[in-house]
Amino acid sequence: MVNIKELQASIGDTPILKGLNLEIKPGEVHAIMGPNGAGKSTLASVLAGREHYAVKGGSVDFDGQDLLDMDATERARSGLFLAFQYPVEIPGVSNINFMRAAINGKREHQGLEPIKGKDFLSLVKEKSSLVELDGRLRNRSVNEGFSGGEKKRNEIFQMAMLEPRFAVLDETDSGLDIDALRIVASGVNAMRSPERSFLVITHYQRLLDYIVPDFVHVLVDGKIVMSGDKDLALKLEDKGYDWIKEETIA
Amino acid sequence: MAYDGKDKVLEEVTGKSYEFGFTTDIESDKAPPGLNEGIIRLISSKKEEPQWMLDWRLEAFAVWQKMEEPDWPHLQYKKPDYQAICYYAAPKQKKQLGSMDDVDPEMRKTMEKLGISLEEQKRLSGVAVDFVMDSVSVATSFKKKLGELGIIFCSMSEAVKEHPKLIRKYLGSVVPTKDNFFSALNAAVFTDGSFCYIPKGVRCPMELSTYFRINESGTGQFERTLVVADESSYVSYLEGCTAPQRDENQLHAAVVELVALDEAEIKYSTVQNWYPGDAEGKGGVFNFVTKRGICHRRSKISWTQVETGSAVTWKYPSCILKGDHSVGEFYSVAVTNNAQQADTGTKMIHLGKNTHSTIISKGISAGKSHNSYRGLVQIMPSADNARNFSQCDSLLMTDTSGAHTFPYIEVKNPTAKVEHEATTSKIGEDQIFYCLQRGIDEEQAISLIVNGYAKEVLNQLPMEFAVEAQKLLSISLEGSVG
Repeated sequence: MVNIKELQASIGDTPILKGLNLEIKPGEVHAIMGPNGAGKSTLASVLAGREHYAVKGGSVDFDGQDLLDMDATERARSGLFLAFQYPVEIPGVSNINFMRAAINGKREHQGLEPIKGKDFLSLVKEKSSLVELDGRLRNRSVNEGFSGGEKKRNEIFQMAMLEPRFAVLDETDSGLDIDALRIVASGVNAMRSPERSFLVITHYQRLLDYIVPDFVHVLVDGKIVMSGDKDLALKLEDKGYDWIKEETIA
Repeated sequence: MAYDGKDKVLEEVTGKSYEFGFTTDIESDKAPPGLNEGIIRLISSKKEEPQWMLDWRLEAFAVWQKMEEPDWPHLQYKKPDYQAICYYAAPKQKKQLGSMDDVDPEMRKTMEKLGISLEEQKRLSGVAVDFVMDSVSVATSFKKKLGELGIIFCSMSEAVKEHPKLIRKYLGSVVPTKDNFFSALNAAVFTDGSFCYIPKGVRCPMELSTYFRINESGTGQFERTLVVADESSYVSYLEGCTAPQRDENQLHAAVVELVALDEAEIKYSTVQNWYPGDAEGKGGVFNFVTKRGICHRRSKISWTQVETGSAVTWKYPSCILKGDHSVGEFYSVAVTNNAQQADTGTKMIHLGKNTHSTIISKGISAGKSHNSYRGLVQIMPSADNARNFSQCDSLLMTDTSGAHTFPYIEVKNPTAKVEHEATTSKIGEDQIFYCLQRGIDEEQAISLIVNGYAKEVLNQLPMEFAVEAQKLLSISLEGSVG
């Protein structure tokens, strides 16, 4: 599904990713953990195609396509989704119209006609129940005046609407109380399937109690320094990151 | 935005041609350039006007000669040579039109290119159109249906002949000849325009619409619009403008007067798309317009404008809130791109008690354009409990464009409540990336964001106009982020 090889990226003159390797197969859920400043969010942005970051080397294969050669829109239309750490507000644009534009963009890419109004509305109804997003939020401007939890639920709603093949969740748990966390996680779990892969970026092990990963990787200073199964996350929670740093230097 | 292709994208935009830049090949009856009493007499006689109308024009000309062109707006342009302009150009064709079929086929083609095929309008949208081309109104539809309700909707020339009582009473009553340089010029040389009268208690059943278009090269368009809503009546009036693409600057100095008598309501909507000139600022329309309405007791006037065109815009649709409990509203979206300049806003003059006014202005600046809001809220001593709310937002699309706000507030009554809010922001890279990541391409992302920003104003437009306005906003800003 996704094969990242020796990926290097920087902001301005500052290197952030320093040769990152990661392979994600269809149906797998990978978690990336790591201390602040390790490059977790940079990885999410680089995968999504944010031009603020300059890719200096390496390759990313996405189902046989060269991901780095595509612009952000193409990546999205080809099935890559990023749940933002800080979802953006777009005043005056209703959530519904925004989603419709997104879905029709994807359909255009697939050579399909724009979605019919009736089909679209039933899709909205079906998907919003996944994350308990009520009608009020669907019709409001994109993320405007949403609480932190509502914003994150809206991200998962959008993910459900767009049915990506590969979803990157960038600290989706940050700013969530335990109830919101449960709702978000159950939305994600409902979408797990043998054809769909996830990359879950998080600071805390807590999220991984709800979204149980197949693999856990530790990102330190722009590289994956350790990989394991879900128990690795527990160990990190217990011992902190310093232990890893010592271990890898040794 | 940090896109590498910024310069290229900008180049593409500047290379984008004006979509409505065609000319119509119709033989035109044109006066020699220059302005003097002789020309005014010629215009008046061509239009077979009564003596009082000629006298009114000549008086205006005398006033204009003593006036100077204003230089207080935040605009830089080469002042037109008023002696080089041709003041009368009428398409040569028979005047009396029994039906649409009588309209010159060339002219009908123009209408079709403008997307306002009259037959279609007639059939589908129920909009009555008074079509003004080079100052002479060529076709008025729906007259009969309106006539049954006692509504008068005709060209100004016709009104001067057919309804002299109303014209003499109201023409110049809201915008006096001597009001300003351009209104005096307009009064002297106006060649046509629209007149609309809604009788007492009548609610006009359809949107009335005029399309203005400057066709003849080197001509100015000086149209004059007068809308009178008698007591307890209602009318919604739409005005749309386009002009063909030409290298020289064209002048448009219009006057619009609205009279809302007791308990009447007038909604006046404009979508202005005059040719803005090319990327370097060559050519384009100079749009110097005076628009003003007077509100009598418990009446309401609402101005809505979407301004995307013109090289230079100077325009302040205003309300004089004379009657107690009267309401004035101004909703505006002004887009400037390339080298366009706009100085626009409104004046709300509160005279009556318990008068309310609302101002919502949204400026969007792209390219190296300059966009200014200029507004006056004046609460006179007689206006007890007057209220005003103003909100002026500016959105910058590039680092090279400018947004300016000049709000003037004069309060002479201590019971007044005046609120003013203003914001300036640059279009968010974060917002655009968020859209891109959802599979929305950049053009559409900008269109969504800009239309969202302008939504409060666009919502005020009648349905069919709102759709057109949204498209215009997108076209005007295509690829303009930098």
